[in-house]
Amino acid sequence: MAEQLRLLPGYLTAHLQLTLAALLLAVAIAVPLGLAVARRSRLETPLLGLAGVVQTIPGLALLAIMVPALAMLGQLTQRTLGLELRSIGFLPALIALTLYALLPILRNTVVGIGGVDPALVEAARGVGMTESDVLRRVTLPLAMPVIVAGLRTATVWVVGTATLSTPVGATSLGNFIFSGLQTRNYAAVLVGCVAAAGLALVLDQLIRLLETGLRESRRGLAATALALFAALCAVAFASFAIPSGAVAARPVVIGAKTFTEQYVLAELLAARITDRTGLPTRTLPSLGSTVAFDALRAGQIDVYVDYSGTVWATLMRRSELPDDRARVLLEVAEFLRAEHGIEVAAALGFENTYALGMRADHARRLGIERISQLAAHAPRLEIGGDYEFFQRPEWRTLQRVYGLAFAAERSMDSSLMYQAVSEGEVDVITAFSTDGRIAAQGIMLLLDDRGAIPPYDAIVMVGARLASEQPEAVAALAGLAGTIDDDRMRRMNLAVDQDGRSPAEVAREFLRTLNAR
Amino acid sequence: MIELARLGKRYGAVAAVEDLSLTVARGELLVLLGGSGSGKTTTLKMVNRLIEPSAGCVRIAGRDTRELAAHALRRGIGYCFQQVGLFPHLSVARNVAITPQLLGWSAPRIAARVDELLNLVELEPSAFRERRPSQLSGGEQQRVGLARALAAEPEVVLLDEPFGALDPLTRDRLQRWFGALRRRLGFTAIFVTHDMVEALALGDRIAVLNRGRLAQVGTPTELLNAPADAYVAELMATPRRQAAIVDRFLASAARAPGA
Repeated sequence: MAEQLRLLPGYLTAHLQLTLAALLLAVAIAVPLGLAVARRSRLETPLLGLAGVVQTIPGLALLAIMVPALAMLGQLTQRTLGLELRSIGFLPALIALTLYALLPILRNTVVGIGGVDPALVEAARGVGMTESDVLRRVTLPLAMPVIVAGLRTATVWVVGTATLSTPVGATSLGNFIFSGLQTRNYAAVLVGCVAAAGLALVLDQLIRLLETGLRESRRGLAATALALFAALCAVAFASFAIPSGAVAARPVVIGAKTFTEQYVLAELLAARITDRTGLPTRTLPSLGSTVAFDALRAGQIDVYVDYSGTVWATLMRRSELPDDRARVLLEVAEFLRAEHGIEVAAALGFENTYALGMRADHARRLGIERISQLAAHAPRLEIGGDYEFFQRPEWRTLQRVYGLAFAAERSMDSSLMYQAVSEGEVDVITAFSTDGRIAAQGIMLLLDDRGAIPPYDAIVMVGARLASEQPEAVAALAGLAGTIDDDRMRRMNLAVDQDGRSPAEVAREFLRTLNAR
Repeated sequence: MIELARLGKRYGAVAAVEDLSLTVARGELLVLLGGSGSGKTTTLKMVNRLIEPSAGCVRIAGRDTRELAAHALRRGIGYCFQQVGLFPHLSVARNVAITPQLLGWSAPRIAARVDELLNLVELEPSAFRERRPSQLSGGEQQRVGLARALAAEPEVVLLDEPFGALDPLTRDRLQRWFGALRRRLGFTAIFVTHDMVEALALGDRIAVLNRGRLAQVGTPTELLNAPADAYVAELMATPRRQAAIVDRFLASAARAPGA
């Protein structure tokens, strides 16, 4: 808990930054737009419809889709304007959250303006107001309570949805929630949720106070609320104000996908680089699977760990069955260098392969040890997998090679799969072979007797910029080659997942024993 | 002071007002009288350009109203109408102060003027200044509306059925009070109503409108004695008919035993 509270100021500030920026931007867009279309039903209906459609897109999907969209836009602006856009991190989260906040503000502006008595507008003109006087002195003040109600709805939505910006690389209170759920650190999840709820309440009440103060002409109240709001903005945006020249050398950024092993390895690589080269490092955890690769290619992260089989199947789109680990490694490294300018600094030594797992007693009862023996039982069994597995080419290959057809395929969070199979909720899972919970929960992995699953050597992938500018960092990483075997990785994962230790701590401990050897 | 020259307003094929010429002398109160749809409100709104005429023009003190920007024109003309149109989010004082504020008067001058006006419309300033319109009775709202119209000391005031929504007692009281007030201040006014008695009580002259055209214009006496057509004659007969009903009741009440 103390560890979580230490992280709180940083995450909270980042969350506040994202939320306030998105809300301010949404107000700046939606209110003028609402004023422009109010009482013009030909514009109003399609615009509100469009904003409504954006709202129906799930928050996580909207955020994730911003990454490739921005990457494409970035290529265009780079070519035409020489302007580089960062497709992961703050920008995609900001755009998605702004889009999300638009609807309630836009809708309430239109409704609020439409609800102002036309007789009052005529009276305002009658006493000699210009059109802008009418807007400023009559229409806006009268519509304000309705517009503010929309803003408050948007605020609560955005504070909540901003927790989903962690997978696109923007730091937020979601970092607590994502990493906490993966590593079964429920204290972290709780801290994230409570902080997000608290922030939503505070912002909501602050807006309410400001509006009450303005409406009832209570200057003291309005000024207090405004001062508090300004203070929040100052805290949130102070980091933007630091001139870029004053910032120390850009740290080496190490990415991690959303599971325990990745958190541990990211901490491990970061500590290794700092130990050996003194370069500052930063970890960017909980990236979506394809987000991490895109970020590396675009130079927004410098290092992350992926698996040879993933590159082989997903990026190289190879479906033939590879014969040996060494050849796959070689071809993958060749492909990454030639196609994407990415260097493979080291193969860490262990494989984290997809493997089909069953509860050991259940498998024994059915007499199954190998995947080929599973095919006959599959129509009566349910299989559980992580979110991406059933879409991956490896799954199609498995099905084809073994003739597997399960009664049902159920996608779930990878951290829940092991519990699901040990409680009999599903019969088979697509386990990760290095997960410490396999042995701990009495799960048996079935033998891939026809070699349908490619080897999944953990490889340290390094982006082009780091490789050319800081070869000493690459050398430090290369020194890790072959230092972690399957068992070692499994124990490190279990230390986090079961013993509740922090990934950084586990990584440090490994490096100490490594250096002692 | 006010001159309407061959004024017309068309909405598509429909003529709301057609070929209307009238003059209002300085200090005079002209009543525009007619049924609903007669074009009286449209005519009034063409004077301060809340509605732009499609034909003819309006001159005030000899100047074509189109020479000024619409909002500048309106700041020089008081405007008061049936729905009152007080701004619900502003206090009584700030409602009254609107036009002087738009004209850029100094704060002390505005404050003094607001108190003067509230006294004029017989609302105690200390009691009413800070109230919201929702805290006023209908009659009080109408007085504030009138104070707002008079705030910037306009020479011309337009009134669109200002007492139409009030109960008969309040209406009667406000009509008499308004007549006295106008004689005291001496502004030039156009007053729209469909109420014959109100027209007779307040108007120096009455212009009768029928389907967008001027049926007759003249003093109340002229209209009563020499109606120009059947419509005017019919209109002028209504107060007499109503008075006759009242007389009949009074007479029967006098004959009743025990009265």
